Amino acid sequence: MLSRPDVDASAALLEQVNHALNSGTPLRIQGGNSKAFLGRKVAGEVLDTRSHRGIVSYDPTELVITARAGTPLSELQTALADAGQMLTCEPPRFAREGSDGATVGGMLAAGLAGPRRPWAGGVRDLVLGTRLITGTGKHLRFGGEVMKNVAGYDLSRLLAGSFGCLGVVTEVSLKVLPVPRQRLSLRLDMDLATALRKLAEWGQQPVPLSAACHDGQALHLRLEGGEGSVAAAQARLGGEPLAEDYWDALNEQQLAFFADPRPLWRLSLPNNTGVLDLPGEQLVDWGGAQRWLKSDADAATIRQAVTAVGGHASCFTAGVCDSPFAPLAEPLLRYHRQLKAQLDPQGIFNPGRLYAEI
Amino acid sequence: MSILYDERVDGVLPTVDKAALLDELRTRLPDLDVLHTQEDLTPYECDGLSAYRTAPMLVVLPERIEQVETLLKICHQRGVPVVARGAGTGLSGGALPLEKGILLVMARFNKILEIDPAGRFARVQPGVRNLAISQAAAPFDLYYAPDPSSQIACSIGGNVAENAGGVHCLKYGLTVHNLLKVEILTACGERMTLGSDALDSPGFDLLALFTGSEGMLGIVTEVTVKLLPKPQVAKVLLASFDSVEKAGRAVGDIIAAGIIPGGLEMMDNLAIRAAEDFIHAGYPVEAEAILLCELDGVEADVADDCERVREVLAKAGATEVRLARDEAERVKFWAGRKNAFPAVGRISPDYYCMDGTIPRRELPGVLKGIAALSEEYGLRVANVFHAGDGNMHPLILFDANQPGELERAEAVGGKILELCVKVGGSITGEHGVGREKINQMCSQFNSDEITLFHAVKAAFDPAGLLNPGKNIPTLHRCAEFGAMHVHHGQLPFPDLERF
Repeated sequence: MLSRPDVDASAALLEQVNHALNSGTPLRIQGGNSKAFLGRKVAGEVLDTRSHRGIVSYDPTELVITARAGTPLSELQTALADAGQMLTCEPPRFAREGSDGATVGGMLAAGLAGPRRPWAGGVRDLVLGTRLITGTGKHLRFGGEVMKNVAGYDLSRLLAGSFGCLGVVTEVSLKVLPVPRQRLSLRLDMDLATALRKLAEWGQQPVPLSAACHDGQALHLRLEGGEGSVAAAQARLGGEPLAEDYWDALNEQQLAFFADPRPLWRLSLPNNTGVLDLPGEQLVDWGGAQRWLKSDADAATIRQAVTAVGGHASCFTAGVCDSPFAPLAEPLLRYHRQLKAQLDPQGIFNPGRLYAEI
Repeated sequence: MSILYDERVDGVLPTVDKAALLDELRTRLPDLDVLHTQEDLTPYECDGLSAYRTAPMLVVLPERIEQVETLLKICHQRGVPVVARGAGTGLSGGALPLEKGILLVMARFNKILEIDPAGRFARVQPGVRNLAISQAAAPFDLYYAPDPSSQIACSIGGNVAENAGGVHCLKYGLTVHNLLKVEILTACGERMTLGSDALDSPGFDLLALFTGSEGMLGIVTEVTVKLLPKPQVAKVLLASFDSVEKAGRAVGDIIAAGIIPGGLEMMDNLAIRAAEDFIHAGYPVEAEAILLCELDGVEADVADDCERVREVLAKAGATEVRLARDEAERVKFWAGRKNAFPAVGRISPDYYCMDGTIPRRELPGVLKGIAALSEEYGLRVANVFHAGDGNMHPLILFDANQPGELERAEAVGGKILELCVKVGGSITGEHGVGREKINQMCSQFNSDEITLFHAVKAAFDPAGLLNPGKNIPTLHRCAEFGAMHVHHGQLPFPDLERF
């Protein structure tokens, strides 16, 4: 795709929100629309953030980048890579033919993170500040470009994973880090139960792991750190070399596993959960803390098994169940409703995307 | 302007019938420890910000969560304000009591409930001390990373309420990055779980919202923290500089070299001298600034990084670079830094510790601004700085027995924070707003932003009974505070260049 010029279109976005507030029109906030499969369907007028784009500031020595919501994530990642830095949480781009894929705003709204998540944190852990168009038609700033900031409530982190239900994010500041000096991936033949036991053991030791995925046959590991620690870990762990692009294919859901026509479920689990017996195929990522399940089993069966071990399940295939995200119990749901009512009193921002009630 | 609760600008508090409340507490919670006589209340008049004191109406010291639950229900029904307190080490007056409120002391909840080495987490009660978690995890070679300097005394519940930091935040994050799950009681006494044993949880990230909310949204009753494997080795380099600017640039150069130190601290000459006189850490007293750079991790990497950092520091113009020869010297280098506050306490009858953060590139300009303020107000300022993450702790030296000095120290402090905001920073990096920085919130946020904060509060505590007057100022207070500035007839720092 040709790169488009940087444009501050926040005034137009604000005008569209104010118009929606005046006319009581719900808005369907959309960036690259790369995660349309995720969440409930929203009936509303499209608010396209892609007109508001560009990197606003980036000083590598400050370890902070600020970009407008409509900036393609790939553009942000290229700018970081050029300076030898990265977003440690590895958000997926989900670029398909003819599209740029995810935007920075969509990355924040969905809060999805890649294989490095257990060791380096998720999107919410990198967010330092946001600008937000609110349900009262104001364009406000929360947080900032500094690493430590405890003034007021942490609204910026609250917005990560909120699926646009609390307002339109127009700008995000993120903490970035240098790319490690050494990176090496390995494939170790072992069954899942052994792999989970080994991962629990390595987790208690300073092994420089940054990704661990088991596909049913073998454990795939990525080591990152200095030359010395990576070499020592390789010598200790053994295994065969693995191509680096494995991790991108996993993160972008392009491994053969994802082509299975059955619905896709994401299971988020405590990191020491053992083998989970469920109908269908599983791909175990995040060292065991995130498992992908291809299954025809009904939502109740899957959720029951996952809740029993302290986790939760979300459906990543559109139209399979009415509540793709794990339902909230009371009083948690009531406080969600109250928060939504306070921040979006007219209920115009992505109503129902996350839950029918909000 | 005093920071004690002022109903005129902070909002009228409900008037509580103390005798009737005491009666109900005795009837419904007969085994709850309640303090109500003046002599019993005095020790609870303040937290770590001891210049400000208010005796609470009552102090309660519960030992079971059910007692807290019933207490909150009673307070909700009767409209009694509740201020929660952990170990009382907070530096911003976040646990400063209210004359018309109950002080809820959570310190007796001091049990470690579970250490799970395979799951790498610890589940603890809120009154457990920060350091006690790492001590309990030590047999498994694990530890809890955030280490505020008060870690031997401060409680984990307070750490959650303040989103506490420490000297290792750049690499290991703040409290918010090291939590899995928090159990809370809401203002009306409902139990709720935020976060989960997994790495995320469905719905809004209320765990992130509650972390650092200063006891305004709920009361923490249990905390599950992440544990990390202890780094194999840690080495410290001590670099001396003949100017603060050079030291500041060296910090950026280290990061530009792709190295993230475990800790990166800066001290200026006044702080160096005070620390050296007190601790004899071997600091170079002639240096204008020193940097302490700790590198931790796997041995081979640390050795490589030490060499790289040494080169960077030399290139950046360090007059001397010393690697701590052994563990004893490493501990000594850190002892000087960790005791910088009491060291400054020895050279001045009183000092006032600030907590602003700035983008690191703004350091030289901000230090110049601080020096100008120091001269203008006739008060010395020592600078201690978490250089890696831009968190400054200027220590304003004063003598409370000299009429007007406390007020001058407060004025300098307020102006330093406004300067931080002006260059794109924040009024507080890790100590919290509490009561101390309630006025400066009006500089960092406009009235619409403050209105939104109040909306968040209203979603969880519509009656405003949890810690009223802290963290978020009323618009009325901001109007008054703003008016005070207009009265001076000029903007702050008219003669400072823009950096």
